[in-house]
Amino acid sequence: MRSGSALLCGIGGICRFFYFLFIYAICSFKFISLCGLAIMKRRDFLAAAAASAIPLACRPKPAFPFPGELVGPDLPLGHWLRGGAFPDPDRFEPVSVLIVGGGVAGLSAGWRLAGAGLEDFQVLELEPEPGGTSRSGRNHVSPFPWAAHYLPVPDRGNHAVLRLLKECGVLEGFDAKGEPVFAEEATARAPEERLFAYGQWWEGLYLRAGASVEDERQYHAFFREVDRWAAFKDAQGRPAFSIPRSRCSDAPEARALDSLSFAVWLDGHGFSSPRLRWLLDYACRDDYGSRLDTTSAWAGIFYFAARKQGPGEDSRPLLTWPEGNGFLIDHLRRSCGDRLRCGVMATSIRPDTDSLLVTAWDATNQRRLGWRAKRVIFAGPQHVARHVVEGLATVRPAMTRIRNAPWLVANLTLRSRPKESGFPLAWDNVLRDSEALGYVVATHQSLRDHGPTVWTWYRPFTGPDCDAERARLRAMDWPACARMVMDDLRPAHPDLEGLVARLDVMRWGHAMVRPAPGLLWDPDFLALSKPHGAIHFAHTELSGLALFEEAQDHGLRAAEEVLAAYGRRERSWR
Amino acid sequence: MANSIPEGPLPTPTLKAPLLFLSVLLIASCGLIYELVAGTLSSYLLGDSVTQFSTVIGVYLSAMGLGSWLSKFLHRGLARRFVDLELAVALVGGFSAPILFMAFAHTHAFRVVLYGVVMAVGTLVGLEIPILMRILKDQVRFKDLVAGVLTLDYIGALFASLLFPLLLMPKLGLVRTSLLFGLLNAAVGLWSTHLLQSQLGPTRMIRLRCAVVMALLAVGLVFAGKFTLAIEEEIFADEIVYAKDSAYQRIVLTRGRGSFQLFLNGNLQFSSADEYRYHEALVHPAFAVRPGAKRVLICGGGDGLAVREVLKHPAVQEVVLVDLDPGMTDMARNQPMVRQLNGAALDDPRVKVINADAMVWLQETPGPPFDLAFVDFPDPNTYALGKLYTSRFYRILQRRLTDDAVVAVQSTSPLMARQSFWCITATMEASGLKVRPYHLAVPSFGVWGFALASKRDFEVPAHVLPGLRHLSDEATAAMFAFPKDMERVPVEVNRLDNQVLVHLYTREWRRWS
Ligand SMILES: Cc1cc2nc3c(=O)[nH]c(=O)nc-3n(C[C@H](O)[C@H](O)[C@H](O)COP(=O)(O)OP(=O)(O)OC[C@H]3O[C@@H](n4cnc5c(N)ncnc54)[C@H](O)[C@@H]3O)c2cc1C
Repeated sequence: MRSGSALLCGIGGICRFFYFLFIYAICSFKFISLCGLAIMKRRDFLAAAAASAIPLACRPKPAFPFPGELVGPDLPLGHWLRGGAFPDPDRFEPVSVLIVGGGVAGLSAGWRLAGAGLEDFQVLELEPEPGGTSRSGRNHVSPFPWAAHYLPVPDRGNHAVLRLLKECGVLEGFDAKGEPVFAEEATARAPEERLFAYGQWWEGLYLRAGASVEDERQYHAFFREVDRWAAFKDAQGRPAFSIPRSRCSDAPEARALDSLSFAVWLDGHGFSSPRLRWLLDYACRDDYGSRLDTTSAWAGIFYFAARKQGPGEDSRPLLTWPEGNGFLIDHLRRSCGDRLRCGVMATSIRPDTDSLLVTAWDATNQRRLGWRAKRVIFAGPQHVARHVVEGLATVRPAMTRIRNAPWLVANLTLRSRPKESGFPLAWDNVLRDSEALGYVVATHQSLRDHGPTVWTWYRPFTGPDCDAERARLRAMDWPACARMVMDDLRPAHPDLEGLVARLDVMRWGHAMVRPAPGLLWDPDFLALSKPHGAIHFAHTELSGLALFEEAQDHGLRAAEEVLAAYGRRERSWR
Repeated sequence: MANSIPEGPLPTPTLKAPLLFLSVLLIASCGLIYELVAGTLSSYLLGDSVTQFSTVIGVYLSAMGLGSWLSKFLHRGLARRFVDLELAVALVGGFSAPILFMAFAHTHAFRVVLYGVVMAVGTLVGLEIPILMRILKDQVRFKDLVAGVLTLDYIGALFASLLFPLLLMPKLGLVRTSLLFGLLNAAVGLWSTHLLQSQLGPTRMIRLRCAVVMALLAVGLVFAGKFTLAIEEEIFADEIVYAKDSAYQRIVLTRGRGSFQLFLNGNLQFSSADEYRYHEALVHPAFAVRPGAKRVLICGGGDGLAVREVLKHPAVQEVVLVDLDPGMTDMARNQPMVRQLNGAALDDPRVKVINADAMVWLQETPGPPFDLAFVDFPDPNTYALGKLYTSRFYRILQRRLTDDAVVAVQSTSPLMARQSFWCITATMEASGLKVRPYHLAVPSFGVWGFALASKRDFEVPAHVLPGLRHLSDEATAAMFAFPKDMERVPVEVNRLDNQVLVHLYTREWRRWS
C-alpha cells in the first residue's frame, strides 16, 4: 500500500517535470525547433542505447539494410594457374617485349619502353582493369581507391617520380632554392589525420592529450633517433634511408638494423611508451601489414627517415587524389595505349631457341593466346612467377621467403555524413582501439564537404602466419566482411548504418610484402631482381617494401635492362 | 501519516486562513518564476535548451523534495520560521538572476553557481508549503487543507508560467523579473507577520527585517536594472522571429529595437540597421574599377543583400549567385522582412540562384567568364569554410574570370583579426592577383575589411555610384588607407594543405570572446 502510493507520487513527480518542460516549450519562441531537437536527440539516444545495451554475442546477426558485393581480384582465375597444364594456342604472335602484369611495375616498364621509342610491346593484365594494388573504382558519388591512395612528395633526387608527376601536371616547377613545387590540389588537404580515442576525435595521429612527461620525452627521443638516421651518409655520400631503396646505402651499420625486429630495436633503446609504440605499430600495420615484432627494424626506421625532408625537418607532405594512386595509373596506362590487354592471364613462359613462348588465357573472349617474345618483363608477384615460369622455383629458392599479408579493403558509399563531435572529418581517420586502420575520405581532396561521400576502410591481417590469415580472409563472405567493417566503425559512428548506401569489399589475398627481419638485405633475396635468361623481373615485392616508388623503380630497371639488351644506350630515368 | 490526523471538528480559527491560502498562490508563483529564470538564463548562456531546462527543473524539483524532507526537523516557532523562510527565498531567489549573470561573466564556475543557486532556492521553496500546512493544520480540516493548498500551488504555477513568457520576459527581462518576484516574496513575509500575528509574539524586529530585505531588493531593482540591462538586452531583448536548422547550419532571425539581425550558427551575419554600409562597401568599389560589367558572380551572400546592390547598376545583365544552403536562399526569397530588405532581389529575372559549394561549382561547372565577382563567405572558422580562402580557391576563381575582371572579397576584421585579414590578402597575391585591401566601420560588426583584386594592376577607385547611403567618393578613398594598428603584418599563405587561416582566425577571435 505504502510503496504503491509512493510510486504514484513518484510518477506524479515525473509528470510534473514534463508539465514544466512542456509549459516552457510552448511559451518559448523556439518551440518547433526545440521539439525537433528533442525528438532527434531521443532517437539518437535510443539507437545508441539499444546498440550498447545488448551484448554483442546475443545480438542477432544483423541483415544489413544496404547492398554491396565482393569484388575482384579474380581468385578462381588466379588459382587456376596452380593446376598447371594448359594446351598451347594455335599460334604465337611475334613481339619484341611482353610485359606480364599491368600494375605500377608493369605499366611503368611500358611507360619507359614507349619513352625510349621501343613501341613493339604488349602488357598482359589478368584483371579487367589495370593498376593491381593501385587500382581505383568510381561510382555516382566519387572516384575512390581500392588500395594504394597516396604518394609522399618526392625529393629532388627521385627523378623517376618527378618525371611522372611533371607529365601529369602535378609538378608545377621548381622554386628559387631548386625545390620542386607541387599543385595545391594534389597535396593532401588539411586536416590530414585525426584519431578516435576515449570516445572522441583528436587532431593528428599521436595522442597528445593525456600524454605523460615520459611519453613526450620518448616521442622526441625517437624522432631524434630518426633524424640521426636521416642525416646519415656513407663514404660514397649515399643516405641510409631514401626512396626508392635502390638509392639507400648498404653500409654495414645501416644494414645491421635489418637483423632485428623493430620491437627488439625499440626495447634496446628503451622506447617503452605505450603511445609511441602504438604509433609505430600503426605505421607497421599501415605500410607493411605487419606488427612491431614481425617488421625489420630497418623497415621501421625507413618508414620515418626516408620521408624526412632533412634532419630535424617535417615529414614530406603527401600527394593524393580522390581515386588515390589510380590517378597515376590512369596516366601510365595512357602511355601504354592499346598495347595494354586486360582480362588476359599469362599461363606459362618457356624458352624456345632464341625467344620465349608465352601462353595466355583471354578470359573475356574465352580463348587461348600466345606470343613469341624476344624478352619478357614479369611484373606480377613472385608466387605467380613460380607457377608461370618453368623451372624458376628450383633455381630461385629465395622466392619462397617472400610473405604477403592479406588485406581487406571496403568502400562505403554514404548518403550523407554522420553527426559527430570533436575534431572534424579529416582525410585519414584512424580508430585507436581497432585492428583496422580506419578510413580515408575520397571526397576530401575533391573539396566536397557536404552530402554523399565514399569512405575507403582498410584492414590488414597481421597475424604471424600469412597463409592462415589468408585462409581466414578467403572464408569470409560479404555479410561477414560487412559486419567486420560496421562493428569496427560503430564506436566512432553509432549512426553510420542508416547512412550507408552500399558497401563493397575487396579481399586482397597477397596484398603486401612483409619486410620481415633479415629479408631486406639477404643477398639471395636481392638476387631475385636479376634476370633469368631473357626474363626480367619487376614488382614492388622485390624491394621487400610495398610502395609505388619501389614498383616504379623495378619497372624502370627491368625496362632499362631490356633496352640495354637491345643495345640502346639511353640515359636512365631512375 | 495522513490517516493519523483526526478529521473531527476543529477549534474556532485564530488565523486568517483564507488569506494565508492566498499567500500560497503568491509563493507558488514566485517559486516557479525562479525556476524559469534559472532555466532560461542557463539555456540562453549555455545553449542546448532542452538539456539546460531539464537539468535545472530536475535539480530544482529534487531540491524541493529535500526541503520538504528537511521540514520535519523544524519543530518550534513555525510561524517565525515561515517569515524567515520567505525572506531567505526573497533574497536568494530575487538575486538569482544578477548572481548568475555575474558568475557567467566573472567566474569559470558558472555551472557550479547555477546548480548551487537552483539547489538553494529549491530547498527553501520546498520548505514553504509543508511549514505553512503545519501552521494551518489546526485551523482547517485536513482534506480542505490539502485541497486548498495544492490547488492554489498549481494555479500559482500556471499563473507564473503564463506571465513569464508573455509579460515578464519581454517587458522586464530576466534580472528585473527575478528581483521583482523577490520583492513579492518578501512582501508575503511581511504580510504573514500580520496574518500569523497570534503565533508570532512581538513582531517589531521581524518586520524590520522584512523592511531591510525589501529595501535591498528595491535598490537592486533600481540599480541592477541599470547596469545589467545592457548585457541582458543584448542577449535576450531580441525576439526570435525565424529559426531553422537547414542541412548545413542554424539560421536565426531576431527582431528588436527597430532592426532585425541574421545569425548563422550563432554568428551575426548582418543587422538591418547597418548592413547597407557593409554591402555598399562590398559591391560598389569593384563596379567603380570595372564600370559597365555585365556578368556578375556572387559566391555566398545567400541573403540577397549584395545582389540588391549589384542590381543598382543598370549595365548588369546576369547575376549568378552560388550559395551552399537552399535554406538560406529560400529564406531570402520568402521571409517577408528579409525579402523586403533585399528588395526581392533573388526574384529578379537577371538573377540565377545556384545552391552548391562555390568551390566545387567553380571547379566543375564550365561557363562564360564573369566581369565581376563578389566573395562573401562566413568567416573561416572551420576547415570547410577555410578552403574558400585558400590560394587554390582564388586560382579556381580566376579561371572563371575575364582578364580585366575585378573581385571583392569579404576578409574579416583587420582590427580584431589582423593576421587573418592580411593572410587573406597575402593568399590572394600568392594566387597571382593584384590586391588592394580596404576597410570601413560597420557598427554591429566593428571595423570590417575587404580585398579588391584583379589579374591586372589597377588604381584605387575614385568615383562610386552616386546616391548611395554611405559611400561617397571621399568615403571610398578613405577606406583604402590603413591606420597603424591595422597595418600589414607578415603572414603565411593559406593553402589547402596547411589551412593556416583557420588556426589564425580561431586564435585571434578567441581573444575577443
Ligand atoms: C591495401 C593497400 C594499400 C596500399 N597503399 C599504398 C599507398 O598508399 N601508397 C603506396 O605507395 N603504396 C601502397 N600500396 C602498395 C602497392 O602495392 C604499390 O604501390 C604498387 O601498387 C605495387 O605495384 P606492383 O605493380 O609492384 O604490383 P601489383 O599491384 O601486385 O601488380 C601486379 C599486377 O600483375 C597482375 N598479374 C598477376 N599475375 C598475372 C598473370 N599471370 N597474368 C597477367 N597479369 C597478372 C595483377 O593482376 C596485378 O595487376 C598499398 C597496397 C595495398 C595492398
